[in-house]
Amino acid sequence: MELMGIIFSNIYDEHLGEVTKQRTLASLPFGGRYRLIDFVLSNMVNSEITNVGVITKSNYQSLMDHLGKGKEWDLDRKIDGLFILPPFGTGQKTVYRDKIEALWGAKRYLERSNEEYVLMSDSNIICSIDYTEVLKQHILAKADITMVTRKEEIKDKSNIKGIAVKTNTRRRVTDVLVNYNRPGIEQCGMGMYLLKRKLLLELLEEANSYNLLDFDRDIIQAKHKKLKIMVWEHKGTALRIDSTQSYFEANMALLDKEVRDAVFRGEGFVYTKVRDEVPTYYGRKSEVENCLIADGCRIEGRAENCVLFRGVTVAEGAAVKNSILMQDTHVGKDVSLDYIITDKEVEITDGRMLMGAPQHQIIINKGKIV
Amino acid sequence: MKMQKKKKCIAMLLAGGQGSRLGVLTKNIAKPAVPFGGKYRIIDFTLSNCVNSGIDTVGVLTQYKPMELNEYIGNGQPWGLDRNSGGVHILQPFTKIKSKEWYKGTANAIYQNELFIEQYEPTHVLVLSGDHIYKMDYAKMLAEHENNHADCTIAVIDVPLSEASRFGIMNTREDGSIYEFEEKPKEPKSTKASMGVYIFRWDVMKKYLEQDSKDENSDNDFGKNIIPAMLSDGCNMHAYAFGGYWKDVGTIESLWEANMDLLSGDSALSLEDNELKVYARNYDCPPTYIFEGAKISGAMITKGCEIKGCVENSIISSECIIGEGAVIKNSVLFPGTVVEQNAEVNFAILGTGVHIGEGAKVGETDFSAAEKKKQKITVLGSRFLLEANGAVQAGEMLEAQS
Repeated sequence: MELMGIIFSNIYDEHLGEVTKQRTLASLPFGGRYRLIDFVLSNMVNSEITNVGVITKSNYQSLMDHLGKGKEWDLDRKIDGLFILPPFGTGQKTVYRDKIEALWGAKRYLERSNEEYVLMSDSNIICSIDYTEVLKQHILAKADITMVTRKEEIKDKSNIKGIAVKTNTRRRVTDVLVNYNRPGIEQCGMGMYLLKRKLLLELLEEANSYNLLDFDRDIIQAKHKKLKIMVWEHKGTALRIDSTQSYFEANMALLDKEVRDAVFRGEGFVYTKVRDEVPTYYGRKSEVENCLIADGCRIEGRAENCVLFRGVTVAEGAAVKNSILMQDTHVGKDVSLDYIITDKEVEITDGRMLMGAPQHQIIINKGKIV
Repeated sequence: MKMQKKKKCIAMLLAGGQGSRLGVLTKNIAKPAVPFGGKYRIIDFTLSNCVNSGIDTVGVLTQYKPMELNEYIGNGQPWGLDRNSGGVHILQPFTKIKSKEWYKGTANAIYQNELFIEQYEPTHVLVLSGDHIYKMDYAKMLAEHENNHADCTIAVIDVPLSEASRFGIMNTREDGSIYEFEEKPKEPKSTKASMGVYIFRWDVMKKYLEQDSKDENSDNDFGKNIIPAMLSDGCNMHAYAFGGYWKDVGTIESLWEANMDLLSGDSALSLEDNELKVYARNYDCPPTYIFEGAKISGAMITKGCEIKGCVENSIISSECIIGEGAVIKNSVLFPGTVVEQNAEVNFAILGTGVHIGEGAKVGETDFSAAEKKKQKITVLGSRFLLEANGAVQAGEMLEAQS
């Protein structure tokens, strides 16, 4: 056991508005039957990581409910396993403000662990990565920190709190740009860092004594000359979720077979919580095209270019297009939906017509009856 | 030292039968492990019934080709049967000091596991078969069993008089007590067919099992030996009338029909109903993707499939691939089956991992002619490979070349 994992569950919550109002970003439903955290957690498990700490901040009930004891990821173990790390409050400081403080709160967990290396990751990127390859390169290059990056096109006015790096030919980081949003193609950080556990603790100790908060700015940027920071470039598919628009687009991207295969049939299985659903029933008059459909649905009407989560029903005469319907959404008779995102347990009553737009989907909050 | 908590009622599930009438489908697996309804195995129904009835101790008696069944049941976690006290236990035949023997009959199988039962000191023992499809709350039956102070209660279901001679028939008095049991009677006196679900008082059952084991001429069978012996001794035996859906899926025909019943809509067997939910072991695969141009009507499709063709009135298990222009009608596809483009399948059961080549035909694929009369079911065993443009006639049963 050389490598342990740390997952940040809340880092980008504020960018997604309504859908993360009542849950962590990590527990945001995605792809019909998953939550965002399933992807990074499955990557870790598929990379033989058996000690994973999940750092939480607020609204983490849904995340706790989803993860349970980690059974579905085979992380319910006698030795190591899954640890949920709620904010560790001392005195006035109850909730952390940024990554460094968050890690500081998990200091005792880090100290108690035995693995030599730590892989830290955000939970907002959908991809399939074998972290043992990252570790191999890290050791071979004698790096202090290895960051996972990907060549990405930065679009105008991207609201991503991103980090872009310049490297020399041997992939060593020579310059670091934080909050970078000038349009162009850059080597962008994927929020995944691999380093020695002892080094992380030292860096945290030092940062804490200077009251520093931002891991990207105060450690990666400030120390990139002193430390040997290397990049490991992920060349495969990756879907970054940092806004409602990118959330919608990432779901829709799964309708493409290549993307699906890259995400679901990459380095290993993607695991998630079991819900004991029946197979989906397609009625005699149903018409379904270009849809990703989970178990437990009942479709009597029409669905086109949609992602339907577990337990969704679409009644006769209804037509749902370009939409994402989360778990247990019920669509009534003769309803028409276009560019709609419904949160869990939404009910659309008979005959309603709701239309969003390709660049602006309408989000219907959890449990609402329309 | 006492290892186990005392239990009021434990279940013994008979899962050792070969299921020879299912032919190639049970070539390498026990009948209870045969896939059903897209994501289940036959045994899921009885195991889930136990859990939903508050019975948390289940002994599963296996004998014929048990590997896959054992692996499927595992530690019982999918059914919530991974318990500190009780839980699910696989009970294989084992060698004794003086004898090395297989389970000889249903009663003998239970008798050989007397010590397993004894450690829970149960008041009652529920005996079940692992090859029936039904959703039932055994707790209600147990309550009636206790109210009647019965030595044995046998669940019965009303069958049409014309079919009664295919079953074990219970003849009862007005108060539900049984005075006669007839195995497959030529002229049935009642329509109360035994479902193969029994509750015995353990002390009484134990006495009869021991007695039966000493009789060398006995078949060691509940229906043939134990029940008649108890009746002739005047034991207090009652019939418990069950009103729901129940089907013995021991034949190809009945297995196919039970699957089709899931699609009929008016079937009393509702899997969507959250009461008495049926649990199954879960395999991780992504949601199903339906391509542009696919046509699906009146079908159940499990996760992990990719559908390009036409699926009508069929059950498709997980991770099946249906190619462009392929037509699947009135059929049951087990997990991992691939039907390549323009292939046609009608009135068939395709085993796990069957591969149907491009343009091949399985069963009566003159669809207009097939609608008119009921067809014979075509069956292909697991991993059967049908080459492109190949054909399998209606009613044939073929197994993969090894």
